[in-house]
Amino acid sequence: MKKTKKLGQDNLWGYLLIAPTVIGLFILNVYPFVDTIILSFCKSGVFGGREFVGLENYAEIFGSQEFWQALWNTVYFCILTVPVGVFLALIVAILLNAKIRGKVVFRAIFFLPMVVAPAAVAMVWKWIFNSEYGIINTVFHLDAGWITDPNLVIPTVAIVAIWSAIGYDAVLLLSGIQNISKTYYEAASLDGCTKLQQFRYITLPMVSPTLFVVLIMRLMASLKVYDLIYMMVGEGNPALSKSQSLIYLFYRESFIKGDKGMGSAIVIATVVLIGIITAIQFVGQKKWVNYEV
Amino acid sequence: MKQKKTFSTVLIYAALIIGAVIMIFPFIWMLLTAAKTNAEVLQVPPTILPENWDFSSFIKVFDLLPFGHLYLNTGLMILFRVLCAVAFSSMAGYAFAKLNFKGKNFFFTLVIVQQMIPGQIFIIPQYEMVAGLGLTDTIFSLVFPGLVSAFGTFFLRQAYMGIPDEIAEAAYLDGCTRWQTFTKVLFPLTKSSVAALAVFTAVFSYADLLWPLVANTNINSTTLSAGLSTLNSMYSTNYPVLMAGSLLAMLPMVILYLIFQKLFIEGVAMTGGK
Repeated sequence: MKKTKKLGQDNLWGYLLIAPTVIGLFILNVYPFVDTIILSFCKSGVFGGREFVGLENYAEIFGSQEFWQALWNTVYFCILTVPVGVFLALIVAILLNAKIRGKVVFRAIFFLPMVVAPAAVAMVWKWIFNSEYGIINTVFHLDAGWITDPNLVIPTVAIVAIWSAIGYDAVLLLSGIQNISKTYYEAASLDGCTKLQQFRYITLPMVSPTLFVVLIMRLMASLKVYDLIYMMVGEGNPALSKSQSLIYLFYRESFIKGDKGMGSAIVIATVVLIGIITAIQFVGQKKWVNYEV
Repeated sequence: MKQKKTFSTVLIYAALIIGAVIMIFPFIWMLLTAAKTNAEVLQVPPTILPENWDFSSFIKVFDLLPFGHLYLNTGLMILFRVLCAVAFSSMAGYAFAKLNFKGKNFFFTLVIVQQMIPGQIFIIPQYEMVAGLGLTDTIFSLVFPGLVSAFGTFFLRQAYMGIPDEIAEAAYLDGCTRWQTFTKVLFPLTKSSVAALAVFTAVFSYADLLWPLVANTNINSTTLSAGLSTLNSMYSTNYPVLMAGSLLAMLPMVILYLIFQKLFIEGVAMTGGK
């Protein structure tokens, strides 16, 4: 008798099926990853020649005011957007979880910015925040240079980023909240718990794994912010140095100035920073995320 | 007690309505601004509704930007990226979930690690490859970074893991080849995950600005997002034109969203965490 036909065991089919993905990953990711590291130790000419310069690029970026400013801008942007944005999203999720009519409509409205390209979002907010003719300054009789005053630019972009992401984060949190079994709430209200106590002792711990995912995702996205700043602030704005993020600086060095060696060093420094911050979050989560169900 | 309940319901509605107004207002303001003349926009005090609904900015922006090209380029980029992500990720996801082969763990680790590394680190070499082939400013260069998807592979592997082995074994014993087991029996069972991946890929490809700015600098060969950035830097003071351009750029995706709203939200919620 032939051995039982087993679906699982087959090297050839396994390799055939993963081939496009694995070959693609090598071409699109593994090779570029290595190449970027090599490039960060080189000076590249306009015509593509490379000359090994050791740590010169890194020495240059760590010694440059512009890099540290961009690093601070990025961190500042995260400090403003992540806690506030996720907190507001949690409130929206809780409101959407209430027994109300028109839930689907509200959810669709809050989610809307997610399907609009950031380029278009940035454009309308730039107009709303325009210092001379923008609706905010004229309605509130203000004279604020929302996108020209170096002290205001990052908070302004942060408002737009929060507005853009709130519906997306709320949808994720809402699905986390809806997964909590109703029996906990029934038991709690029989025991005389108030709504606030129910939130504190049931909802918050039970939704904490989702909350952690949303926080990490928002943090990583914020550390990589680029498009909103590029569109709202842009070249020639006097506040650019006080608002450009690390990825924006990377884009300018690599593709506007054409110094790909420097650009590589900046992007590697950024990725290392993102890695460190994410690792800290994963260590810190043990203190507050509840995985027991 | 009953009164207390109605009161809190009113509060919830009030909060949601205020929130919804804040979410909607920028889009309404976009439309109202686009329908004004540039002179009216710069008027003090400003008008809320246009004095005369004037849609000439829409015509003007068509002269300034090659919208036909931009729609076509963006549409083709999304189409090919979605097809590649779905096809290749389904194949690999199935293999990683249901087949055993040498080196499986190594290759899957490769997928996981790539998924965690921010994509910006790959851009310079990706650009140099496309430029080296002389393929910048083509549809190929727009699709290029999205030819395969580590995230999609990971995500669809989860979907295949969720299918009981017995189903696959039964089909196989009934005489299906491995390929038929995959395409005829298992793939249809991952429909909702495939739809989620398609929506996810489409939304994020459409939103991406950095890559088209780098790879396709010619205005006729770039995407809607990058086209808007060109408009933004060239006509930065003509707000009706900028708003008309933004509206036209966001329109196709918003229409798709309004039609397939549930699919969009559930799809993105399913893929959440990226």
